[in-house]
Amino acid sequence: MTSLAPSRPSSAHGVGPWRSSGVFIGRSLRHSLRDGEGMLMAVALPVMMLLLFTYVFGGAIIADGYVDFVVPGVILTCAGFGAASVAISVNRDITLGAMRRFRTLPIISATVLAGHVVASVLRNLVATMIVILVALAIGFRPSATVLEWFAALGLVAVWILAITALFACIGLASGSVEAANGYGFILLFLPYLSSAFVPIGTMPSWLQPIATHQPMGPLVEAIRALLTGVGEAPVLASLAWSCGIIALSMVLIALALPRSKDR
Amino acid sequence: MNGTLEISGLSKSYREPVLDHLDLTIDGGVFALLGPNGAGKTTLVSILTTLVRPDSGCARIGGVDILASPREARRLFAATGQETTLDDLLTGRENLVMLGRLLGLGRGASRRAEALLEQFDLAPAGRRPVATYSGGMRRRLDLAASLLTRPAVLFLDEPTTGLDPVSRNRVWDDVRALAATGTTVFLTTQTLDEAESLADRIAVLRAGRLVADGTAEELIAAVGGQRLSLLDSEGIEVRGIDTDGTAASLARALSSLHAHEEELHVALRSPSLDDAFIALTQTHQEVAP
Repeated sequence: MTSLAPSRPSSAHGVGPWRSSGVFIGRSLRHSLRDGEGMLMAVALPVMMLLLFTYVFGGAIIADGYVDFVVPGVILTCAGFGAASVAISVNRDITLGAMRRFRTLPIISATVLAGHVVASVLRNLVATMIVILVALAIGFRPSATVLEWFAALGLVAVWILAITALFACIGLASGSVEAANGYGFILLFLPYLSSAFVPIGTMPSWLQPIATHQPMGPLVEAIRALLTGVGEAPVLASLAWSCGIIALSMVLIALALPRSKDR
Repeated sequence: MNGTLEISGLSKSYREPVLDHLDLTIDGGVFALLGPNGAGKTTLVSILTTLVRPDSGCARIGGVDILASPREARRLFAATGQETTLDDLLTGRENLVMLGRLLGLGRGASRRAEALLEQFDLAPAGRRPVATYSGGMRRRLDLAASLLTRPAVLFLDEPTTGLDPVSRNRVWDDVRALAATGTTVFLTTQTLDEAESLADRIAVLRAGRLVADGTAEELIAAVGGQRLSLLDSEGIEVRGIDTDGTAASLARALSSLHAHEEELHVALRSPSLDDAFIALTQTHQEVAP
């Protein structure tokens, strides 16, 4: 090794929370871009699902115009696919040591979570856009005005933020990367138990209230109503669920983050 | 730059006591903390690097109280642990640039990253993801990450565990070069070679207490004594008898020989740091209830 003297290292001032969040967002986006398979899955799975439901099951479920019925559900299912990967990213940081170094830097180390969350929201919004474009290409004909489009996309964005935050907690609390990965199934299950793919009226009567009132129930209804003009849009109920999940996740993160130290 | 480390009355228990009212002041140079597994070395480093809070006591780095102002303290030290703390998905260069930005180097981060990659002979590898690195390369990159800025105190927790001899020697060279620039190095290790070859001062931690503190020679002298070795015709020790070094104890040792041993050659040997370490850690094991 040559001498350490010539490059004259300066002292470590550290940076504020905005600056460090910016650095961590850049890091997480780089992870997303580098993880080609992950990106492919985040986009390909929802697109496959859209095609599968439209062309294979569609005829049996609703003979005509099923594409208009199913798109809101596919958008939300897609949001779930992508967000679940945050649990893995957060858990990797804790179990593989990166967090240990971040905690010894003169920064607020919790901003590493901001990086993962923001990158996940962006990644999911991109995947959502692609799903919408494919849907339009295969015959999705929304009646929404520009304002309704923004309202629908806003609801989707807040929902993505909510489940991303929830999965960040799951990543903090999970003992291993494999365990963190496993919890993703919960979100893949939720959309089926709503009007996303089949009308709620076709479910057994005891199941209908659950499907109507679970977090994704009102959301599917609201997005479908905003985009296609069918039924009422329970916007407030959707926002209440999303914001509730965000608030709960914040509390859980605040509790779980200090505990994740000793691992 | 003030690389003084002051520790007073530091205690920490997880179910059982791990550190027991530890007092220690380090003024500079390379300080090696030796101790068997479970002696409390890693817990001490975790406390000093603000990752774990002690139950009682306090510690100052360069005069800054690490418990009262952890963020201020984090400006003064860097740490490289037993497990590397790198981002596997990023390249070596990206890791250094990211950490440099977090440390506040701004645009200077990339220049500093290049210089370090060059210094640590990682320049070509710097463009590959860290996931493709060997163990030795990871350790070196992790050490480079600790030198993005110039720390007053550098903590190295078993920096060469699991490295092959060539990589180990390179890390040793890096540590020596750094110490020459005036950074205080706080090293924990299980290898006596490492302590002996790097450190100006060695302390032995046993069950949360310091049981010895001084240069390698002082530690050996403290254990004292001479070992009477009985050697076969090929010079291999058949039996060793520890004596306190006085003529009387040697005479006692010689008169205790069995008849069949009287044809063997004898040699007197000063204890090595190895012997001192074993003596220090075992005696206290026997004394402790």
